[in-house]
Amino acid sequence: MGKISRYIKGATIAGALAGVTLAAPAQAQDTIKVGVLHSLSGTMAISETTLKDTVLMLVDDLNKNGGLLGKKVEAVVVDPASNWPLFAEKARELIEKEKVQAVFGCWTSVSRKSVLPVFEELNSMLFYPVQYEGEESSRNVFYTGAAPNQQAIPAVEYLMGEEGGAAKRWVLLGTDYVYPRTTNKILRAFLHSKGVSDDDIMENYTPFGHSDWQTIVADVKKFASAGKKTAVVSTINGDANVPFYKELGNQGIKAEDIPVVAFSVGEEELAGLDTGPLVGHLAAWNYFMSVEGEANSAFIKKWHAFIKDPKRVTNDPMEATYIGFQMWVQAVKQAGTTDVDAVRQAMYGQTVPNLTGGVAVMNTNHHLSKPVLIGEIQDNGQFDTVWKTDGEVIGDAWSDFIPESAKLTADWTYPWVCGNCEKPKYGMMMQ
Amino acid sequence: MITYLGRLRICLVLSMLLSGFGGLPALAADEATLEKTVAGLAANGFDDKISAIEALGASGDKRAGPVLEAMVEGNLYTVKSDNSVVIGERKGNVYILRAPLTLAPVAEVSSQDITKIRVNNRLRGIIRGALGGLVLMSDDPAARRRAADDVFKARTMEMGPMLDKALARESDATVRTAMERALAAVNLTHATDSAVRIDAVKTLALDAGPDTRALLSQIAAVDGDGKPVEADAAVREAVVEALDELESRLAFLHGVEGIFQGISLGSVLLLAAVGLAITFGVMGVINMAHGELVMLGAYTTFAVQEVFRNSFPGLFDYSLLVAIPAAFLVSALAGVGIERGVIRYLYGRPLETLLATWGISLVLQQTVRTIFGPTNREVGNPSWMSGSLEITNGLLLTYNRIWIIVFSLLVLGLIALLLKRTTFGLRIRAVTQNREMAASMGIRTGMTDAMTFGLGSGIAGMAGVALSQIDNVSPNLGQAYIIDSFMVVVFGGVGNLWGTLVGAFTLGIVNKLLEPEVGAVLAKILVLVAIILFIQKRPRGLFALRGRAIES
Repeated sequence: MGKISRYIKGATIAGALAGVTLAAPAQAQDTIKVGVLHSLSGTMAISETTLKDTVLMLVDDLNKNGGLLGKKVEAVVVDPASNWPLFAEKARELIEKEKVQAVFGCWTSVSRKSVLPVFEELNSMLFYPVQYEGEESSRNVFYTGAAPNQQAIPAVEYLMGEEGGAAKRWVLLGTDYVYPRTTNKILRAFLHSKGVSDDDIMENYTPFGHSDWQTIVADVKKFASAGKKTAVVSTINGDANVPFYKELGNQGIKAEDIPVVAFSVGEEELAGLDTGPLVGHLAAWNYFMSVEGEANSAFIKKWHAFIKDPKRVTNDPMEATYIGFQMWVQAVKQAGTTDVDAVRQAMYGQTVPNLTGGVAVMNTNHHLSKPVLIGEIQDNGQFDTVWKTDGEVIGDAWSDFIPESAKLTADWTYPWVCGNCEKPKYGMMMQ
Repeated sequence: MITYLGRLRICLVLSMLLSGFGGLPALAADEATLEKTVAGLAANGFDDKISAIEALGASGDKRAGPVLEAMVEGNLYTVKSDNSVVIGERKGNVYILRAPLTLAPVAEVSSQDITKIRVNNRLRGIIRGALGGLVLMSDDPAARRRAADDVFKARTMEMGPMLDKALARESDATVRTAMERALAAVNLTHATDSAVRIDAVKTLALDAGPDTRALLSQIAAVDGDGKPVEADAAVREAVVEALDELESRLAFLHGVEGIFQGISLGSVLLLAAVGLAITFGVMGVINMAHGELVMLGAYTTFAVQEVFRNSFPGLFDYSLLVAIPAAFLVSALAGVGIERGVIRYLYGRPLETLLATWGISLVLQQTVRTIFGPTNREVGNPSWMSGSLEITNGLLLTYNRIWIIVFSLLVLGLIALLLKRTTFGLRIRAVTQNREMAASMGIRTGMTDAMTFGLGSGIAGMAGVALSQIDNVSPNLGQAYIIDSFMVVVFGGVGNLWGTLVGAFTLGIVNKLLEPEVGAVLAKILVLVAIILFIQKRPRGLFALRGRAIES
């Protein structure tokens, strides 16, 4: 039923948008179009609407400062309605019909996997702003969120260390889809490499939107009572987090006893939650709203002015969107054209200052170098950074902890054409 | 800002005052040492911080309590200008600073002038342990009990004498048990005499908590080469024996817990389905917007809470009592509107009703999204619904679930009374069984339809109040429960309240017994498959109603 409803909603909105874009072909030559491919309805609307607004803010800002190559930039917004196949259709529409030069979009890995063939077939460019499971490299996608070695691995290392409580037993909780399963596969391999046996790892998956956490939280408690310090690694996505954290609080699991580190819980997800009982639980990201610094406060100020709500929070995928957008703008300026192949080559080595200090660099494997932060939930719904990597960590497309991936490398600098090969492969760009 | 000397003077005056009341224990460290220890809390290295915390805990000085409490709550700061340690409290844009030991106000500064002393989970655990020692003498038995549990977790050697002293003056039986448990843990960990340690194991074996299990398994563990960690063979033997006993008791408690969880899931299903049992079961209307009526109830709870938060923050705990009738009214009115506006034209055409109400559900969802936004809304739990009830050590039942079980049974009971014992109920039954006959007896059937639908919808709204306490209040709330609700009603037997009750609890318990074995995803699938098979065999559900009108 839900599926049909999404189709109808998607169709309605698409119709409305088509009306808008049909009315504006006269000025099409004077603008550079970018596509915004984020769900504005359905289960992911909660997270993705914010990113749509972020891109609109960035475009607005760019136009105020004179646009790009002497032209105005125009954002074309479509709504794939949290419906994965619809993502592919909308992507095709953006590239073929709207002739956008780059697309900013997708949140869940399954939506990214669904648009991937479209971008490769039509040789267009996608900026993907969310942390993900890695094990993928595409010539047409720039991954500006964290790869597992920029989030999951450092977080687990922190908890293993003396400062994080020296955890010896691990509970891997996740939502049942590709991102948690792959991340946990990598984590399991990593834990094995650190001498943790399978007996000390508990893995559990729940459906999207799971709300009855009694049994699982009780199981975690039982698992933790085996005499070794236990930590929970959560790849639970979206709505399900709220009842999960409520149940933790009610069953009296304190962060000192069993810390939970989450990879998908940011400021936005905490906004609907009383965080009092959760103080001390952790999250690993490349950005927290609470980090002090000029760049960040300027960004927050701009965001509040744009969204006209001083209570709205900022989060990591917003920073990743910001970095991706700035890099694209710089690359276009450098290449002097919006042609995809030229811009792609210009992307490598682009730098943009992070909002938390340091500099993000685009590497030839289409991943960024970014710092890793670990923060504790505070009772005001913000994170307090408790640990930070010394410098920036280079995103790794292929995990070193899965044997078959460890051999692989990715490099898309001309004349390389290799996203997943063991030996260098040279060749002309495929068209 | 008061100078260091000034603060010292206040300290001295205050300590003299305190000693005048006999408040200072004999252990009290001299002022200078204590001041120095407090300054140590701001040390950079974790190890220095830890030794300062432990020294404060071991000092036994009552004044150390507020300092450590402030630290664990993240209210301890250092002043940037002179690096002194202060307790800070945010008030609007300024921080009110107090001297750590005297609690005397020192200054008001802005956030730029102070730096927070960072704590992490490891420090929090250590602080709680140290605090435990200080709170053991508190006047509040609940605080002493918590303190004993904290000491149990930290079990540092210094806690032994403090526990001895606290035990000597303890009169409350449950607190005594907790303290004895804590003392046993300290003795087992630190004592050298094997007889004392075996005694400790025996004390611990009386208790079935997961913490005890953790402690005993630690001692029974073997290292990487298969060599036992514990050197003393007699102690090891006692621990293994105690562990065996404990495991079997825990397994029993786990079973009890499983049943409770099943009942609690069942009561949630019951709440979501019982309104549907009236509109679908009694009236035969397939109302796809039922979930959205539940959602309306949840949003009403949010709106009521907002009013309470802004106007009567002191009465927040009672907001749910207002939200229940409010949610009933809002959803009931919406329900009557839907019935009068749409459904009454479609009686006897189930497919069209399904399509129309489904359209309404989308409209309601989008309306709520437009008004309240797509993000989750924060609905608070009143204090009497937070936390858990400890039946014995090792068996916790969370309050929110207990209240939902009680509430769902109450609602069901009220509906049963209403249908069986009131004129309104009689009319509903009459119209359901034979519309023409009822009409010719002078019953206004149209009105009865609207009221019945309103009743079912209002109950959905009340379910929304309960669900807002355990689930997200977002526009998607209703969608999550609509399938489950239909499942319960169809499985239980259409048109039968008892069927709904039995159906909901059966599904809840089966789901919860399956879940630990096969996981949440597979458990849901298995239950769904089982229901499909069951409906094949008995299309009318568990409790089939018989009668001419039903058969036709």
